[in-house]
Amino acid sequence: MMPKIAEHPFLFTGCWELKEMVGRSARDEQQLLEAIEEIPVDSLFYHTHSFFLRHQYIAGPYPNDFATWAAIQVRDRVLGEKLGILDPYDFESLEALRSEIVNIIDEHLSQLQIIPRVVYGEPFHFMQSRIIEVPTGLEARSLTEFRKILAAVDASAVYYHNFEAIFRLVRRKGDFALWIEEQLDLPELGQKISRIDFYMISLESVRHQIIKLCDEVLEKEARR
Amino acid sequence: MSRLDDYREVTPKGTIDFLERLVEQVKGRKILHINSTKVGGGVAEMLSSDLPLLKDLGVDAQWQVISGTEEFFNVTKSFHNALQGQEQHITQQMLQAYLEVNRENARRLSFDADYVVIHDPQPAALIKSRPAQGKWVWRCHIDISRPQWKVWSFLKQFVVNYDAAVFSLPRFAQRLPIPQFLIFPSIDPLSDKNRDLSPQEQSQILSRLNVPTDKPILLQVSRFDRFKDPLGVIQAYQLVKKHHDVQLVLAGGGATDDPEGETILSEVREAARDDPDIHILLLPPDANLEINALQRAATIVLQKSLREGFGLTVAEAMWKGKPVIGGSAGGITAQLVYGVTGFTVNSVEGAAFRIHHLLDNPEVMTKIGENAKEYVRQNFLITRHLGDWLALMSYLGRAS
Repeated sequence: MMPKIAEHPFLFTGCWELKEMVGRSARDEQQLLEAIEEIPVDSLFYHTHSFFLRHQYIAGPYPNDFATWAAIQVRDRVLGEKLGILDPYDFESLEALRSEIVNIIDEHLSQLQIIPRVVYGEPFHFMQSRIIEVPTGLEARSLTEFRKILAAVDASAVYYHNFEAIFRLVRRKGDFALWIEEQLDLPELGQKISRIDFYMISLESVRHQIIKLCDEVLEKEARR
Repeated sequence: MSRLDDYREVTPKGTIDFLERLVEQVKGRKILHINSTKVGGGVAEMLSSDLPLLKDLGVDAQWQVISGTEEFFNVTKSFHNALQGQEQHITQQMLQAYLEVNRENARRLSFDADYVVIHDPQPAALIKSRPAQGKWVWRCHIDISRPQWKVWSFLKQFVVNYDAAVFSLPRFAQRLPIPQFLIFPSIDPLSDKNRDLSPQEQSQILSRLNVPTDKPILLQVSRFDRFKDPLGVIQAYQLVKKHHDVQLVLAGGGATDDPEGETILSEVREAARDDPDIHILLLPPDANLEINALQRAATIVLQKSLREGFGLTVAEAMWKGKPVIGGSAGGITAQLVYGVTGFTVNSVEGAAFRIHHLLDNPEVMTKIGENAKEYVRQNFLITRHLGDWLALMSYLGRAS
């Protein structure tokens, strides 16, 4: 059987993140809580998602900035661990995620006599993302082409088609999985890609896992 | 093949193709950078590398330098120190001298560009002469997290008139009514300061500098400036020297806008006297190959700054796979992820302890050096810097 050629090609889009300072900072966990309640949703996104765009090679101690700050700068590992396990894929919206983060910090503080604060460490500085979309001009019509381009494209495309697509553009499955399912008629591969836990690994690891899954299908096709 | 293609080998995969796409959003636009010195210091060095590549990408990139009197540069040096938190006595006459030089430069320079980027406080008041067209950005390279209030409020009256401000670290941000962006500075991996050197080239340069290689080298490269704490480095070396037979190289450049260097240099010479294993090298601003050779020859690189804008010498040494011990100041903390890509310290004793630790554990040095190089590749190379500028131009263009 001939490998399927897509009717609509996959257009790889990368992105560049401009980092804008919100002008707000927190020196203790109460200030962190109050700020998280009020910051723009773009700032919440920056500290919980686009983190991956900035740590493509070395995964941080925790997969969001709030957890890392609590654990490293405040030296409150308990809060760091509680926030670190949060998986944004479990939430329908960023507002739902915000609400959960606030609940976790609130509950944590209610059990303490003293509010943990920065002594020697750095305050938490709130930032927000300004994402500039950049069409790469690269397009794939088959799984072979898709795999080849994915292996060489800028890592920001891996980020854009998964994190941005899912959380900001509300394409729940992510662009890769959706296209592979709909255009290449490979629902099993699409499902495997959408099941990758993007949140716990670096962008390069996401890329490698998807390539590996594509290779398995391509090898199977070659053997037929 | 353009100069840009040479970077494909050293940058993360896909980077150059990506920049060529990103630039399409601002192609043909003109960007003008203005600062206060053509040679010496990190800003001049970055601009020297950035501009040819921006041009390669298709952006009309220009660079102009303001001229000033000795009095002006003394005033701006005081501004610099005050903005970095050191108490300075600023008189009305000094403020007038600053404004007058800015006025003279405004008459002399042309601001015909789509984007005008003013670097640091020296030319900040040029904004008073901005034409109707064009977006103006104030690019602040120094640590103004704890400024002397009088100087900052004087400067702020100009800064608020820009379309945006750019800082090197989030903590440098101020209460301003304009958007503030974060852009880390960068190094050029193919410049003379950072390119690969053959062993022969390296040994020729070291021999010309009279730096022997028979003992492990501790190195600090920086201007002779109080904020870089060269005296603290000598003290840390003296603590280590009791247990390890090492040598210390303090290599300092000068900049035309830094009149304080001579005083600090004589204090350093005084502290180092009689020790044949301390080498003080006063290098000219264009001693890039010399710095490259010294960094490659070093066993451990120090950047024990007390205050720092960003501290690009850290990224330079990391790019050469060296373990770096840096002061917990400014951008050094963004480059040295503690225990992963290097170490930050808060005291002379802390620096001495980490030097000891590394000398006793060469395998840790190797691992830290490998991580450091990869971290710089991802975050602190010139290609990432160009991308940030292109993205900012695109964003400001859309905003208009």
